[in-house]
Amino acid sequence: MGYLEGFGVTFKKLFEERVTDPYTIGKGPKAPKPERQHGRHVLNRYEDGTEKCIGCELCAGVCPARCIYVRGADNPPDAPVSPGERYGYVYEINYLRCIHCDLCVEACPTEAITETKLFEFSFTSRADAIYTKDELVVGDDGKPQHLPWEDWRDGEDVHTSAWMRATSPSGSAVFEGIVAWSGELGYGVRHPEQGQAHEDRHERAAMEEEHH
Amino acid sequence: MGGDPLFSNGVDLAVVLIVIVKVVVTFVFLLIATMLMVWFERKLIGDMQNRIGPNRAGPWGIMQTLADGIKLFFKEHFMPERAHSAVFVLAPFLSFVPAFLLFAIVPVTGNFADGGNGTVEIFGYTTYVQLADPPIGILFALAMSSVAVYGVMLAGWSSGSKYPLLGSVRASAQMCSYEAAMGLAVVGVVLVTGTLETTQMVLVQAGPGPFGWVPNWGIILTAVIPFVIFVIAGTAELNRPPFDLVEAEQELVGGFNTEYSSIRFALFFLAEFMNTITMSAIFVTLFLGGPAGPAPIGPAWVWGLVWFFLKLFVFLFMFVWFRATLPRFRYDQLMHLGWRVLIPLALGWLLLLATGHIASDQGWPLGIAIPIALVVMAAASGLIRVASRRALEARLAELEPGGVVL
Ligand code: SF4
Ligand code: SF4
Repeated sequence: MGYLEGFGVTFKKLFEERVTDPYTIGKGPKAPKPERQHGRHVLNRYEDGTEKCIGCELCAGVCPARCIYVRGADNPPDAPVSPGERYGYVYEINYLRCIHCDLCVEACPTEAITETKLFEFSFTSRADAIYTKDELVVGDDGKPQHLPWEDWRDGEDVHTSAWMRATSPSGSAVFEGIVAWSGELGYGVRHPEQGQAHEDRHERAAMEEEHH
Repeated sequence: MGGDPLFSNGVDLAVVLIVIVKVVVTFVFLLIATMLMVWFERKLIGDMQNRIGPNRAGPWGIMQTLADGIKLFFKEHFMPERAHSAVFVLAPFLSFVPAFLLFAIVPVTGNFADGGNGTVEIFGYTTYVQLADPPIGILFALAMSSVAVYGVMLAGWSSGSKYPLLGSVRASAQMCSYEAAMGLAVVGVVLVTGTLETTQMVLVQAGPGPFGWVPNWGIILTAVIPFVIFVIAGTAELNRPPFDLVEAEQELVGGFNTEYSSIRFALFFLAEFMNTITMSAIFVTLFLGGPAGPAPIGPAWVWGLVWFFLKLFVFLFMFVWFRATLPRFRYDQLMHLGWRVLIPLALGWLLLLATGHIASDQGWPLGIAIPIALVVMAAASGLIRVASRRALEARLAELEPGGVVL
């Protein structure tokens, strides 16, 4: 039918299933976030407390939104901040610009920067929107810091490290079960997880049932 | 023919009050309808794209537009440094006010069933259910939709910024091009109904049609083609997809309203959707018999309302459907369609309609008159083709080899 076929296609869509996952379950609680949701960043640390960031500026170079500012400095010999030669002396991310593409996470050679699932944060000043190293670096328990304007929920600050990325089920199956990541503060070297392809959906279905 | 019977016995206080009530009701109705239209469009387009659409504010998200309006109201008024401030402030109103005025000539309901004369009785006064019934009727609609072009044009020009300017240049070229085809399509209806006044048009269309059961609507009286032309040209006039080059996001940021923010932007936004509603109402009035339709039980004006809104809804749905389905035209395609397809077609069809009209008036045999008209049309279109080919060849000859060829 040429031109008119398209009208049929769009009309048929009216009666098809919706693909959107709503933010909340009905009017009730918020739906669980996908495991690999891209949210605000953290800077990770090793088990001994040293920072993973070596100040190489690769993340700043790759960022399409140009929102990362890094300046490296030589580690002081008597009290090194990171195991390498250099460390991230200044580290800032401007959240008015970040598009949460995760390219910085891909670029980082040491798994220093990763993203948490948190996206529910808003600020009232530009200064608050620029996160500095003090705010980004994980606390002594290995968990992201909770800032006053951030809305953290239970369990959201647990799986935030490189482990999360490295065991991605969409990665190569050859590496399944093989540890390919470094240890981290508060957790040590984490074990590989089992496939979780549909876990999100199941968790969601369970919550839905509970709610009704 | 004599305008609204409300004024036939002089103007007293009650008449003035009735007019004021009409104005207020039209205003409120249009605002609410626009609000619902924005919601409807977002919801429907969501459905057509397997999405959910707005579902937060109110049941089914129906208050979404209100929420957006409140948000816009509290946003910062921003004006670019190089903007021409007086014009910049005026432009949104030039878009918004004509959108309202356009609706004034639309007959919304009335007693059109079984030979009714299209009036209703309020407090012993007989009147049309429409804000105004000027003798120039449908010309007023064309005039108002032309004034709206100024809103878009001045907005872009006064922004002092290049993308809005490009958007508004596009808008004025597009609207001028399509206005011609639109006007010619309207002339067809004027020809067959023999009047400019909208109420009279609806009265003619409410009469008995061919074979006794086919409705006597404009779409049938003018044999569909002017309707198709009018719908296409009307969509272009509204700058709605697939003719939304004025605000082509991929090319022009936000188009003519890029520099607008806050309530001024909201005015443009409202005007756009209000125009969609009023243009649909004009479609209904011209081609689908307005509120005319059978009234089995109860007062005829209730049925008039029902028919009017049913017909209106068809077009509103159509506009959203267009948007969900059709990709945007390229600019040269737009101009090609406007000047080389729609305008000649509208002119030719007008010639045919006029021939048929005169022939039946004078008692000429249609079997001879129509073929002669067709021959004349074929000759004319042949001449136009030859002329435009010649012009193109001459133009190409002027260009260096490797120059732009369209
Ligand atoms: S997520 Fe993307 S935009 Fe955000 S800081 Fe990283 S690279 Fe830049
Ligand atoms: S976060 Fe990673 S990529 Fe960025 S400077 Fe530190 S080590 Fe380099």
